[in-house]
Amino acid sequence: MDLRSRSENSLQVVSVHDSRIDAAVAIEFKEAMRSATDNGDDTVVLDLSEVQFIDSSGLGAIVAAMKQMGQSRKLALAGLTPTVEKVFRLTRMDSVFPVFPTLDGAIAELKT
Amino acid sequence: MTRTTFLPAFHISVVSGQMAVRTALGQLLDGLKPLSLDVEEAGTVELVMAEALNNIVEHAYPTEEESGPIDITCSHAPDGLHLTVVDSGRAMPDGRTPVGIAADIEVDFCDMPEGGFGWFLIKDLAKDVIYQRQDKENLLQLRLAVAVA
Repeated sequence: MDLRSRSENSLQVVSVHDSRIDAAVAIEFKEAMRSATDNGDDTVVLDLSEVQFIDSSGLGAIVAAMKQMGQSRKLALAGLTPTVEKVFRLTRMDSVFPVFPTLDGAIAELKT
Repeated sequence: MTRTTFLPAFHISVVSGQMAVRTALGQLLDGLKPLSLDVEEAGTVELVMAEALNNIVEHAYPTEEESGPIDITCSHAPDGLHLTVVDSGRAMPDGRTPVGIAADIEVDFCDMPEGGFGWFLIKDLAKDVIYQRQDKENLLQLRLAVAVA
């Protein structure tokens, strides 16, 4: 699982450089998110613009990533492609996470 | 535009394992290429079948020693794609599929659900979902209302 992390305007941006977050990589994704976000900024933007497909295991792993960050921090999602957006919409998980159409939009909105 | 030609039925066979679902989905979407599904329709097919196949890999064949075949047949009719998935693993508990209700998200942060979305997605997106246990095989049939006439 190729995650790349950088800080920008006191936000942490974690970009997923894989086309799928599915059952085959869900545990790996969760652990990679733990490494990437431990001791990071309070607000993390997960850039999903390269992810073309997510299944319920991948969705669960993103929820787990949010929970392991703790309730005092925020995990926002940016750049959802159509099928990823569909999974979040149908499960109503788009009401649990702040969701932004683009990474630039998320950074503009969330920077402090 | 009314569709008058239909894709001939095709068959996919994989052996259960960690990458079996990706392999099967790749072959399924390749087989559907002549239909030129739009991203919405292709996403529905991939999502429903990913959930159905993940369930087989995780629950019908829960250990490597119990691995076995997963056979998918896809046929195309005026009301959409008819998919049949057969495996020879463990039966569904109680002989039926889970109800597939939406996970409750009106809960405390630490109780936010990390699973239980799979059957909800299948039953939300697919039509005519039928599960049968026959001769030590699980038979799951469903219809996806894509590429309809």
